[in-house]
Amino acid sequence: MEVSALSGATFLQNLFNGLMFGGLYALLAVGYTMVYGILRLINFAHGDIMMMGVYFAFYASLMGSPLWLSIIIGVSGAAILGFLIDRIAYKPLRNAPRISALITAIGMSFFLESVAVVVFGAVPKSFTSVFNDNNKWIMDKTWNILDARIPVMTFLIFFVTAIIFLILFWIVYRTKIGMAMRAISSDIPTTSLMGINVDMVIGFTFALGSAMAAAGGIMWAMRYPNVFPYMGFMPGLKAFIAAVLGGIGSIPGAVVGGFLLGLLEIFLVALMPGAAGYRDAFAFIILIVILLIKPDGLLGKKSVVKV
Amino acid sequence: MKKINWTLNLITIVLFTLFLSYAQGNFDDYTLRIITLIPIYAIMSVSLNLINGITGIFSLGHAGFVLLGAYTSALLTLEPFQKELSYIIVPIQPWLLNLHANFLVATLAGGVIAAIFAFLIGWPTLKLSGDYLAIASLGFAEIARVLANNLISVTNGPLGLKGLPNYTNVYWSWGWLLVTLIAIISLVKSSYGRALIAIREDSIAAESMGINVFKHELMAFVFGAFFAGISGSLYAHWLTTIDPRITTFGPLLTFYVLIMVVLGGLGSITGSIIGAGVFALMFEYLRSLEEPFDIFGIHVPGIPGMRMLVISAIFIFIMIFWQKGIMGRAEFSWEKLLKLFGIKIKKPSLVEIYMKKEGESK
Repeated sequence: MEVSALSGATFLQNLFNGLMFGGLYALLAVGYTMVYGILRLINFAHGDIMMMGVYFAFYASLMGSPLWLSIIIGVSGAAILGFLIDRIAYKPLRNAPRISALITAIGMSFFLESVAVVVFGAVPKSFTSVFNDNNKWIMDKTWNILDARIPVMTFLIFFVTAIIFLILFWIVYRTKIGMAMRAISSDIPTTSLMGINVDMVIGFTFALGSAMAAAGGIMWAMRYPNVFPYMGFMPGLKAFIAAVLGGIGSIPGAVVGGFLLGLLEIFLVALMPGAAGYRDAFAFIILIVILLIKPDGLLGKKSVVKV
Repeated sequence: MKKINWTLNLITIVLFTLFLSYAQGNFDDYTLRIITLIPIYAIMSVSLNLINGITGIFSLGHAGFVLLGAYTSALLTLEPFQKELSYIIVPIQPWLLNLHANFLVATLAGGVIAAIFAFLIGWPTLKLSGDYLAIASLGFAEIARVLANNLISVTNGPLGLKGLPNYTNVYWSWGWLLVTLIAIISLVKSSYGRALIAIREDSIAAESMGINVFKHELMAFVFGAFFAGISGSLYAHWLTTIDPRITTFGPLLTFYVLIMVVLGGLGSITGSIIGAGVFALMFEYLRSLEEPFDIFGIHVPGIPGMRMLVISAIFIFIMIFWQKGIMGRAEFSWEKLLKLFGIKIKKPSLVEIYMKKEGESK
């Protein structure tokens, strides 16, 4: 396949695109990694929770709410949805074989997708309607940096992502509930003996992860204004790969893995334009390679199999 | 008992063949199509059950193998002039153009290609544990779909292959189901099958008993993929049009097959067949949900997508409240059925078997 060289300007442009994509993957990957760290469950429905969050924001803005309110509605709607899904579908299976929970998660993913098809319709919708005349400039404006034309949106997404991560790290490492989350991820039974309401903390984890996914999804939809019921499937899988890449269970790992995957993907397409169609396959090849070389991921702890 | 089993099996097969030939002549096309579809689904679910339920490797890549089988056999059964006509975007690879085979060879080729790919993909991924394997195999299925979408000179890309001869009839599909069952049941009953079950129950213990876990898992994976490829060929010639869309050979198909396996009971071959039958019938029955209907004089418009919604809700319900499925891990046996009708077959006791052997050796 033909390899093309990159000029300085295109390099910069791709770098920013990669960082933006990476940030979006990282936002999703954190939700995966937190749930996996606590429950050892791949929450297949995570990408679809993101999709629902985007639809909530979309319909809120259709009903006339301003952009900031739509975003709040989307994010908090997804958080509530994540919490409810844990309560209804995953909680009854806490003591069941892990495979049952995994299968339920797959079922949940398809359930959310079909709910979206039935309620919102299968036809892709344009997310641009969230912009009115006052904030239309966010969508169109571009900045010129060293001959590279970079949309303002890319910067905005990057900075919002950074702020969200700062808040997340503050919650996980500086608050009581964060401490409880970290305690649960190392030992559930002991934590419950310490007087911590384990179910509440798990529910909070789901809500937090889902809120971040929705925030990522809404920004995604602002940049690529296309909303449809299956939009969460591929990003969801890729975010899981990002989480594995960084070491599943580790929150800094998920962030690093997300950015790395985003950059790798963008530069693959930039260097080999002919390979653009294979972009989705590329992430899975990375997954298999990383699992074979370093199964615990870049920042993961070594896992020990107890016999 | 063995003799009685054989006789009863044979009688069932003969009676069923008679029923099929009656069905072929007298049933309408729609019913026949469903009767043809059930065994195709059953082959998919039995082969996935060998991997997921009996060996305990959680694979989500079944649709990928079905796709490989479907494309391989479709490329073999299409006439050269048809291929030349349908490859509009990019002309077909010259070496593919004149490849042609009859349906049986094409189906076998589909199975073999799927098995080869299962070997290639299984070699690296089966070293992974549980959840990672699930994602990696799902990823493999997606890679297969992405390839089918992009290797336009081989697969005709997003346009797919149209006008496949409608070869799959009740005899082919039920016949292949019989072959699948004979092969998989004999595998499960052999010492290999015992090893597979041991691996499912506790792979570390099995390893320490001297079972080569990796080799056995790879064998089950390749075996399952072979029959998935066969079902793919039958499915392709049932659909007569194949394309690499998410809904045809994507994760949705794997999800359907998983529903069949779980509904019937993870680990039960009989259960998988029942699960496939129930799923196919339910799927057809639920079609009415998507059509407009009138109730008490009120016109209710058809709701597209309602079918999937109901099916995934049922699926989640099964997983939460009824994890065993219809059969659990139990298998059908004539002995149990006869017992139900009050007929008891006297099993020779160990002493009698011993005495008989003693007598033979004297």
